[in-house]
Amino acid sequence: MTLSPDPAPGLAPVLVIGIGNPSRGDDAIGPLAIERLAALDLPGTELLTDFQLQVEHALDLIGRREVVFIDADASGPGPFGFEPVIPAAYAGPITHALSPAAVLEAFQRVSAAPLPAAFVLAVRGYDFELGAALSDTAAANLDAALLMLVSRLNPGS
Amino acid sequence: MSSELETAANPASLKRVVIEPLSRVEGHGKISILLDDDDHVRQVRLHIVEFRGFEKFIQGRPYWEIPVMVQRLCGICPVSHHLAAAKALDQVVGADQLTPTADKVRRLMHYGQILQSHALHFFHLSSPDLLFGFDSDVARRNIVGVAAEYPDIAKQGVLLRRFGQEVIRVTAGKRIHGTGAIPGGVNKAVTPAERDELLKDIYQVIGWCRAAVQLAKRLHLSNIGLYNSFGAFRSNLMSLVAPDGGMDLFHGNLRARDSNGGIIFDKIDYSRYWDHITEEVRPWSYMKFPYIRSLGADAGWYKVGPLARVQNCDHISTPFAEAERREFVDFGSGQPVHATLAYHWARMIELLFSAESIKELLHDADISGDDLVVSGERRERGVGVIEAPRGTLIHHYRVNEDDQAVRANLIVSTTHNNQAMNEAIRHVAKRYLDGRHLTEGLLNHIEVAIRAFDPCLSCATHALGKMPFHVELIDAEGECIDTLVKSSLER
Repeated sequence: MTLSPDPAPGLAPVLVIGIGNPSRGDDAIGPLAIERLAALDLPGTELLTDFQLQVEHALDLIGRREVVFIDADASGPGPFGFEPVIPAAYAGPITHALSPAAVLEAFQRVSAAPLPAAFVLAVRGYDFELGAALSDTAAANLDAALLMLVSRLNPGS
Repeated sequence: MSSELETAANPASLKRVVIEPLSRVEGHGKISILLDDDDHVRQVRLHIVEFRGFEKFIQGRPYWEIPVMVQRLCGICPVSHHLAAAKALDQVVGADQLTPTADKVRRLMHYGQILQSHALHFFHLSSPDLLFGFDSDVARRNIVGVAAEYPDIAKQGVLLRRFGQEVIRVTAGKRIHGTGAIPGGVNKAVTPAERDELLKDIYQVIGWCRAAVQLAKRLHLSNIGLYNSFGAFRSNLMSLVAPDGGMDLFHGNLRARDSNGGIIFDKIDYSRYWDHITEEVRPWSYMKFPYIRSLGADAGWYKVGPLARVQNCDHISTPFAEAERREFVDFGSGQPVHATLAYHWARMIELLFSAESIKELLHDADISGDDLVVSGERRERGVGVIEAPRGTLIHHYRVNEDDQAVRANLIVSTTHNNQAMNEAIRHVAKRYLDGRHLTEGLLNHIEVAIRAFDPCLSCATHALGKMPFHVELIDAEGECIDTLVKSSLER
């Protein structure tokens, strides 16, 4: 590693970040999405998963053309939403997680590189208890969301 | 030492202000403030929902899975849980003395975690308050404002965080969900190539950490009146210390000091922690209140975390951090520093200690050794204690003869600091909110006190739409008469 906010050579132009805790019911939507996308081996696409977003994820965005954040959505209409996201400052009281918008804002602080086009794929979840499995409804929502996302990432498929 | 503001005499007749700093799927934390008709503060309480469902989560699992599983309890310090669990299970497998390689690789992982957590806290979360003032323009009082006026600080925070993550990746095997620590040792050493890659950056990291201590110290000393008094309260202090009394955030014995710095207990083997600390349940809080058994609940509560650790130890083994510790102790003029805002200064001393410790470990050939695991006489119970970024973390397991975990008890840093955080916000509320019309700037003073401790709210899940910051002023009839809202995890 080098402490430099420069893009690594040979970087995939598209980054998909799945956010969530695989052991908390429908919060597993993000990591499960990454697991299923990995099996497809999409060209030009790098996959990343984490419990939650933090400032260092801004460095993963450098040199990308597009980034997609996949996360469980606890309050949306469902089955999923796909919306562009723009930078916005973090304004919370503790350090525990950032929004995609705040990660984009952090990106602008650490890099002079062009901001990638960014989208949030918010998949509706319902049950987030520790130790719970993915609910059937959330699983169906994830299927629908991935169908859309894969056709977008790999139009010829 | 408990505050008179814990319980009001006539709560039903008072106006209620509720600050919900964060809500998560499992539960949430909030602050409630009761005011009388003249806006005088009568009651202040911090409510945090404790870990729930953990015992059920691990029951029946093979014990060797636990160090990996517990990382899913907390998304912000999974490495601390990973290591505390591994230490507890060392006792179960009879590994009373780890190999040098296992001990040092784990330490490297731990100091990577401390470094990245402390950097995030100071550079990203607290610096806007500290650099601009607690009731400065809210539009400026954020990390964007810091980046505009102090661009190097904002950038260094991100890069320090990334460096800590790299140390974790190298030692735990993966950036998240690492498996490096196993009962009895580790499953991988650091390769020379990995070591060399980290060595390229470590001197820059130490330089930035030294500058961070200077910044935190300068902020404190430039406004001593405010920094010494804001949310300040006297309490006992508790942490692990090394057998020689030095700072050791990875392993050691329990030591507690009273508010004057006198020793309450020392050289305590943490595997019987319950002989020395116990927990009280209070009807208004989901989170228990630990205290030192010999002093009782009223006098026995304590602070943990950087402010306790820097003052509880006798020395620090790394030179730059030791020089800073001495200056910090001298600042107290023979008495412990109890200022809540001094947590930041102490935290940066630990940041520097972590960076220096990483450097020393990277120069130690043992981290690349091949003797990774030991075992001994199998036991049914294990206790692991570690100094996590926010303070002492205890993991306690019982494993049956079929190798299944049957019981678990965790006391996390935030639980240890429960009474301390309540005290801090009561002092702040009484000093700054009493008799005044509440504004965002005034309420931010409460947040500033909370931020100094940075409580862990078990936020291992955080789905979109689940983390509003919400303040409501409710009158005695339950009607909402004023609201302040800001979102920390909007889309």
